[in-house]
Amino acid sequence: MRTWVRNTPAAIYLLVVLAFIYLPVVVLVLFSFQDGPLPVPPFNGPSLHWYEKMFGNERLIASLINSVVVAILSAVVTTFLGFLAAYGMARRTPRFAGGIRFSLMAPLTVSYLIIGIGLLITLNIVGISKSLFAVGIGHVVINLPLCFAIIYSQFGDHTRNIDDAARDLGASDFQTLLHVIAHVMKPSLFASFCLSATLSWDEFIIAFLLSRFDVTLPVIIFEMLRSGLTPEVNAAGTLVFAISVTTVIAAAITVSALTSGRKK
Amino acid sequence: MKNDILVSLKGVTKKYGNVTAADNVNLTISRGEFLVLLGPSGSGKTTILSMMGGFTVPTSGQIIIDGEDVTETPPALRPTVTVFQDYALFPHMSVLENVSFGLAMQKVPKAARYKRAEECIDTVGLTGYGDRGIHQLSGGQRQRVALARAIAVEPAVLLLDEPLGALDLKIRRQMQAELVHLQKSLGATFVHVTHDQEEAMSIADNIALINNGKVEDYGPPDRIYLRPATLFAANFMGDSNLIEGTVLNNDNNQVEVDTSFGKLTISGEAKQGSNIHILLRPEQIRIGVASNKKGVSLGEAKVREVVFQGTHKLCHAYSGKQFKSKIMFRVSPDHSVVAGDILSLHALEPDAVLLRD
Repeated sequence: MRTWVRNTPAAIYLLVVLAFIYLPVVVLVLFSFQDGPLPVPPFNGPSLHWYEKMFGNERLIASLINSVVVAILSAVVTTFLGFLAAYGMARRTPRFAGGIRFSLMAPLTVSYLIIGIGLLITLNIVGISKSLFAVGIGHVVINLPLCFAIIYSQFGDHTRNIDDAARDLGASDFQTLLHVIAHVMKPSLFASFCLSATLSWDEFIIAFLLSRFDVTLPVIIFEMLRSGLTPEVNAAGTLVFAISVTTVIAAAITVSALTSGRKK
Repeated sequence: MKNDILVSLKGVTKKYGNVTAADNVNLTISRGEFLVLLGPSGSGKTTILSMMGGFTVPTSGQIIIDGEDVTETPPALRPTVTVFQDYALFPHMSVLENVSFGLAMQKVPKAARYKRAEECIDTVGLTGYGDRGIHQLSGGQRQRVALARAIAVEPAVLLLDEPLGALDLKIRRQMQAELVHLQKSLGATFVHVTHDQEEAMSIADNIALINNGKVEDYGPPDRIYLRPATLFAANFMGDSNLIEGTVLNNDNNQVEVDTSFGKLTISGEAKQGSNIHILLRPEQIRIGVASNKKGVSLGEAKVREVVFQGTHKLCHAYSGKQFKSKIMFRVSPDHSVVAGDILSLHALEPDAVLLRD
């Protein structure tokens, strides 16, 4: 009884916090099932009318596929580059190691808008036109610091010894990386890939600045918003959200399976 | 056994900034020898091993293995293999794949390398474990896999970095015996790092005692235990009574020393007036009055505490002038000595070791 009394304020506080975080999403999802032209109360429904409309929207479906392709490819490139950078920094202690680490991570603090404008100008000079390819480059640039940080944090003395042991037994740089270290680092590589893919999937500013004819899903949603608020936007938002959540949950399960199999 | 030299370190020094981890180390290791680098943590023993293995390049000096200067040769290209303290097994591979990894890197065909790997797995007593994953093994078994993986490539020198440190006492004792057996049956050369002096004494052909990056003492275990070269060596190699004294007379390889136990005469060389220590191991102190010329009388001692240790009783006592000097000695386990007893003690002169400060 007394614990119940003591726990009540804590429980209320928790509910308030959860509501604060999740209420907007809940409202968005709820009104995607609205039976009517506007995603505002009162809620009439549920209806799948707007989902039907969304999946009939060819431009939206094309952008969804674009988003998936950009997310996966940019995540592969980011994870690969992040892995090599982290390995290099963990394996050797180069001169100015602190400075190099800092400059690899510092872009985390720069706003996407600034990076996007910078990329726009730079790619223009280099001669790469606005395209999905340019968006992919942008996503590699913004996600690399985080992926580097994740992978680098998982290199420890034990990994270093495993690396030394492989070389001691005659493995070359390439063999050590491919046959040993990539396997040992699998959980963090996978985590880095999933995070990078999710961030790319959701990303708007850079995708908006660097794309022209082929665009990604967030850009299409933005365009739909400009032409007026309809529950179709809610439906598209729900789709984006559902795919993100699925990816994150799948990633969490896989990473824990990868690491627990090892510890036992 | 041929006494040819397989490994020699010549004036090897390693500095990290202002810290000298290895200071002008000179060592030679014969083919087929079991050398133990013994020392407290931070003494530089692991650095020395790491330089033999090629993971650390010396600041100065030379390392020669099998007649070749390998001072700056990378680990893969020298005839050494290191067994790491944490074993560093490849967690995603089976026991068999781990053990055959080195051979795979040498492009040995699959059938041949698996056959060789199975032999090595048998050698370390893990027959039938080839298909197991590393995470299914106990600490002791992982240790064996690490050994098998190392011996599979038939290195000229096997380097072991505190390989038994993570094992519990019973398995550690068992593995010590197995290591010696393995080393003798392979006829291989082992260099083993440890901070455990009992382990060192039980497995080594020779011990190099390392302190502050220097070789403090070098020789067979019995010599280092019974006739240590320095005060540090005496202290590190087990229980000891170190009796402080000042040299009164130095005559014909005999010194007369003034100590809290009175004037003692032992053999050795030391300058008149210099401060020295006399080492007597607890088991070298005997009960009773010195009977002949070889005896060194230590006067009477008052027993403070008796610790039963199975094979003997260890007595802590006060002795010397006004019973102010501590002394430790052993008596047989059935001896009736109790705290408070007063006993006469002596030692035999040849047992006493003179150590200059």
